[in-house]
Amino acid sequence: MHIHKYEKIWLTFGIGCLIVFLTVVGVSAFAAGQQPPSCLTTIDPEKVDSTPPFDHPGLVKKGDKEYELNIVVAAFSFTPNAIEIPKGAKVTINVTSKDVIHGFEIPGTNVNMMVEPGYVNSLTTTFDKPGEYTILCNEYCGAGHHMMTARIKVVE
Amino acid sequence: MAQPLEKVDRRDAKLALAHLFVAFAALALGGFAGLLQTLVRSGKFELPAGISYYTILTTHGVLLGLVLTTFFIIGFQFAAVSRTTGALSDGSRRLGWIGFWMMTSGTACTAFFILTGQASVLYTFYAPLQAHAGFYIGLALVVVGSWVSGFAMFAHYARWRKTHRGQVSPLLAFMSVTNMVLWLVCSLGVAATVVFQLIPWSLGLTDRVNVLLSRTLFWYFGHPLVYFWLLPAYMVWYAVIPKVIGGKMFSDSLARLAFILFLLFSIPVGFHHQLLEPGISPFWKYVQVVLTFMVIIPSLMTAFAMFATFESYGRSQGATGLFGWLRKLPWSDARFFAPFVGMLFFIPAGTGGIINASHQLNQVVHNTIWVTGHFHLTVATTVVLTFFGASYWLIPHLTGRVMTKAMNRLAIIQTIVWAVGMTFMSGSMHFAGLLGAPRRSAFSTYSNSPQALEWIPYQIAQAVGGTILFIGIILILVIVINLAFFAPKGETEFPVAEAAAPYERAALALENWKLWIGLVVALILIAYTVPIIDIIQNAPPGSKGYKLW
Repeated sequence: MHIHKYEKIWLTFGIGCLIVFLTVVGVSAFAAGQQPPSCLTTIDPEKVDSTPPFDHPGLVKKGDKEYELNIVVAAFSFTPNAIEIPKGAKVTINVTSKDVIHGFEIPGTNVNMMVEPGYVNSLTTTFDKPGEYTILCNEYCGAGHHMMTARIKVVE
Repeated sequence: MAQPLEKVDRRDAKLALAHLFVAFAALALGGFAGLLQTLVRSGKFELPAGISYYTILTTHGVLLGLVLTTFFIIGFQFAAVSRTTGALSDGSRRLGWIGFWMMTSGTACTAFFILTGQASVLYTFYAPLQAHAGFYIGLALVVVGSWVSGFAMFAHYARWRKTHRGQVSPLLAFMSVTNMVLWLVCSLGVAATVVFQLIPWSLGLTDRVNVLLSRTLFWYFGHPLVYFWLLPAYMVWYAVIPKVIGGKMFSDSLARLAFILFLLFSIPVGFHHQLLEPGISPFWKYVQVVLTFMVIIPSLMTAFAMFATFESYGRSQGATGLFGWLRKLPWSDARFFAPFVGMLFFIPAGTGGIINASHQLNQVVHNTIWVTGHFHLTVATTVVLTFFGASYWLIPHLTGRVMTKAMNRLAIIQTIVWAVGMTFMSGSMHFAGLLGAPRRSAFSTYSNSPQALEWIPYQIAQAVGGTILFIGIILILVIVINLAFFAPKGETEFPVAEAAAPYERAALALENWKLWIGLVVALILIAYTVPIIDIIQNAPPGSKGYKLW
């Protein structure tokens, strides 16, 4: 198949960029551990209230500046919905849904994950800046979807 | 090469027109729903009579994402196939009508349940939100109807090849067939979840549904769906636009190769819509991210071919200098101008797409209104402006009329209105999304959250853009109705470009369907077998249905 000289240059450059790009993405995923939230733990969605750690949702201290934040999501609320976190804390957020699919997002941060019934999802983040943060649901879940919200206060 | 037939057979024209009418009716209603959404989201307007934002949103998504696109594409492809490979046989045409009526009755059924508020589940209908069974049954009819039409095209193409042994098929027919193969293979996924999971579950025959499996089957379909929308626009770019401007197609074989690459790499990629999901290992997500990016190669080929065509034509008209050829292009011809503006919008649109599908960057924009902004550039500008541009010759060709100068001028204005409206709307969606504003949500300040208050000016800009776009919809409807019923009688050309160089033997190898479909299946098996087995084997207890609207 005849390919014009300029097109060869264009495609070589384009494919070269693509290889560099995918390598950067791959190295940062597998060598630096920058993976998207992909927790594989399952849970019975109808027994969330009696399954640890979601039977006592909230912030749990795990070590020096290390915390676990367990949140139960259901139409149309987050439990707990007012959370205080000390500044600089490294927090692993675990979430699960009691009913339909929800989203878990904290605007202004990189915290963003899907919450699906039957699964726990999880990510770790550090709250370095004090102030008020909003948790919201970013996956349509019904009539009250846009009313679903909670607050995090990061304190000194 | 001389084309044996210059006109679409009259009976085939009727079939194509029937599809186009449903498509534009969907545009009218779905576009109005879109206007209402942007107004609600500005915070300055509330829907009357207790109508839910999410009912309107479902209407908008289903009518524009599924109905407008599918009907236009099938109508356009029937016309293209008939124009380039001769009138359909009576059997194929009958299949085409059966497909049309299945799709139309399916649409009516689904629309009834959406508009009566029994299916406010959005066009992605994620379980365990449970719509009325009629919603899913209607959708299944649309999909199966489109298969019947696909088979009509396959049968016609096979017949042509049998009577033209050793010849390369006309480009438009080849491309139509490629797109229908893509559609058939990918829509098997959505048909599987709708027919085997959601319909029995919504009828109460089964209690519970495997949520992650249903989503995975949906996204196995959901991403190739956007290529099913895009490829007909590429057909117009590759095979029609060169003729419209008076030039030649840059390369016939490379156009075919690009389509085969799209066929191979647009299906095994659905996980890039599920990057933030639990239950899928990050390794398989990354595999599909890599496969996703392979479609950049045919996209680069397309960009090169388009601009090579434009520059070659300009230079053949005596243009000099680096960019002199730009001045030679027929800017005042809406058949060229509308698709060209669509091409320009594909540059930011494609760039946004690369961001969305990136393994890590996705976390910044996932489910924010950035994504809505993204696909309003790809499908709602690039694809739709190309479809509008094609309508300016296709509809008068099929109805035996001609587009007047006044209508052409209106079409140029329509394109500009669309570009301006979309720049406002999609631009502000992108910015608000970067600030974290969620998609698919009614107006909310999230209990006066300081972050949410920052989004309001962008939401007002979206309403301004949405209003301008609605004016654009009124303009296109005026033009379409004129071209269909009121324009002066006459002959309009169905432009089909010739290749700059003679056909190459390579083009024949590209019609080795057993090879390509085999490769498609192999890639799908590589990308999906292990994760789907995982999803089924390690499934949590299933979910019962919820009606939360």
